[in-house]
Amino acid sequence: MSSIAIDKGAPTRTVKYGSVSRDRAWALRWSYFFLVLFAIFSLVPPLYMLITSLKSSTEISAATNPWWVYHPTLENYVKLLTSNQFLTFFRNSALVSIFVVIITMLISIPAAFALSRMRFWGSATLATGVFLTYLIPDSLLFLPLFKMFALFSSYTGIPLINKWYALVIVYPTLTVPFCTWIMIGYFASIPKELDEAAIIDGASWFQTLTRIFIPVALPGLIAATIFAFTVSWAQFLYPLVFTTSTDQLVLPVGIVTTLIKGDVYNWGQIMTGALLGAAPPLIIYAFLMDYYIAGLTAGATKG
Amino acid sequence: MLMADVSLRKVVKRYEDVEAVRGIDLDIADHEFVVLVGPSGCGKSTTLRMIAGLEDITDGDITIGGDVVNDVPPKDRDIAMVFQNYALYPHMTVAENMSFGLRLKHYPKAEIKSRVTEAARMLDIADLIDRKPKQLSGGQRQRVAMGRAIVRNPKVFLFDEPLSNLDAKLRVQMRIEIKKVHQKVRTTTVYVTHDQVEAMTLADRVVVMNKGRIEQIGTPNDLYHNPATRFVAGFIGSPAMNFLPCRLEDVGGRLNVRLTDRLALPLPPARAARYQSIGRDDKLLIGVRPEHITETRPHAEPGVEPFDGVLDVTEPMGMETLVYFTLEGTQVCGRVSPNAGAAAGRPLRLAVDLNNMHLLNEVTGAVI
Repeated sequence: MSSIAIDKGAPTRTVKYGSVSRDRAWALRWSYFFLVLFAIFSLVPPLYMLITSLKSSTEISAATNPWWVYHPTLENYVKLLTSNQFLTFFRNSALVSIFVVIITMLISIPAAFALSRMRFWGSATLATGVFLTYLIPDSLLFLPLFKMFALFSSYTGIPLINKWYALVIVYPTLTVPFCTWIMIGYFASIPKELDEAAIIDGASWFQTLTRIFIPVALPGLIAATIFAFTVSWAQFLYPLVFTTSTDQLVLPVGIVTTLIKGDVYNWGQIMTGALLGAAPPLIIYAFLMDYYIAGLTAGATKG
Repeated sequence: MLMADVSLRKVVKRYEDVEAVRGIDLDIADHEFVVLVGPSGCGKSTTLRMIAGLEDITDGDITIGGDVVNDVPPKDRDIAMVFQNYALYPHMTVAENMSFGLRLKHYPKAEIKSRVTEAARMLDIADLIDRKPKQLSGGQRQRVAMGRAIVRNPKVFLFDEPLSNLDAKLRVQMRIEIKKVHQKVRTTTVYVTHDQVEAMTLADRVVVMNKGRIEQIGTPNDLYHNPATRFVAGFIGSPAMNFLPCRLEDVGGRLNVRLTDRLALPLPPARAARYQSIGRDDKLLIGVRPEHITETRPHAEPGVEPFDGVLDVTEPMGMETLVYFTLEGTQVCGRVSPNAGAAAGRPLRLAVDLNNMHLLNEVTGAVI
């Protein structure tokens, strides 16, 4: 009963007049405004791809509203998914990306651990050096790399040019520096008492890395994994230079080189291929995002 | 049972241009609980970390159980350490945290389980054994950190300011807990703190450190009643000891201590005999603890001399009232009965107990 009396006395109490909450409300409104703007900006191209991929070639070239599908068809999807060539591209992309992720992690994790924890002479300089190598653009590197590979092949007889596995060797030059750099940051955020406790508990450096650092820095490792996968999945310049035979191509290059014949653009299949090609990173993001966000370090120390 | 005495011989720690520890000698007996105490930057934590093996020793020797361990890695020193921020492994449960060291050494599963159960029971965390650290409160986390040390059954426990992150009430409770554990397991313990109350209450012996050197080693009562230096006298005890400039003078065959132009107090015979040889012009400090400055009592006691003070501030503590007044520009603290009628801005007849005074050399800071 008393609560009703209070409500009567102050009928407008639900509105908050505090300047903090008003500020917050405005901040939220602006945030939403810009978020929606950016969402539209980045989602319209994939939407257009989806629309186009559902059209037949005749409908694409017809002068109808490009934003509407009048006769939806899955013919582009059927054609691509039953084409051995497309599946080969897909397989090559997958193999390259998986191997690159594995190699990157095998190098970056120990490197980041050593650079962030085992204080040795020049470790700080080396850590900065690792980052600086990332700043060199790949468009500058592909010519000397190509030369090196060609030279290596002619001396040893091991073919590296026009082979998909050459990409497994090349991509880590892009992924290792950046992943090492992210993980140095993650490892640095782990309190040093944690490894000191492990050392006193009798753990070796390697055990400290595998049993303490890797589990605790899992969100960071996953962020690095996602990065390495995305970079190798989406890389265009290197595969364009290093591979030419259709059985050695990866998806991005394969789609462009086989679906554009002279001046004939097979738009429907290009869009379908691009859309299918974008699916794996999307799926990986969706699955790993929860891990990525979960703060596993909470509770390690006070705070 | 293995002997687990720890000794430091002329131990020095030098970083590039600073000497953090400047040659300390310390012998810690088996089963002893020793507390290193001092202000921040005095080298106490560095000393502990050198015993642990987390810092290299620049010079000198550290022995544990008779063996020089200067170049022995931490895991082979048979020590366990409790950190200020607990340093629990966040991805492991309480049981896994506690058993990590034993699992690394491939102890049999049954042995690990019984040790963890035993330690958890002792620390009253048996029902938290399957929780992760983030599900625990600060006090519980600190218990787990202690449990992790206990299950290892090491020669030496090292504590690095373990209670500093806890709130005042919990700190008192955990202090008692640590003392109880030590009474049960009797493991040699080196404990670092900046809190002199913690040092006094926990230690068998307290080591007071300042600027990389040991100022004094002694039992808590010894340090309190017989400090060797001005630093120790001022650091131990709360509120801190009062220091006033003074000099000695002979008046009619008796030895007086002159504090101000108007205030000179006759020394009791025992003190007078002790200070007889001091130069009359030497610059001295008189040190008196607040509890030895009280209201005047009805019957005069020998050596307790009355004087008048005008109170600046009073702090009623319930059991007693702290009174602050100024003598020659120096603030002095006394402890009077709540019924003494002390009030700020009012004069009060006080009495100082010179039987418990200290006389210090103002230049060297040494207690005479």
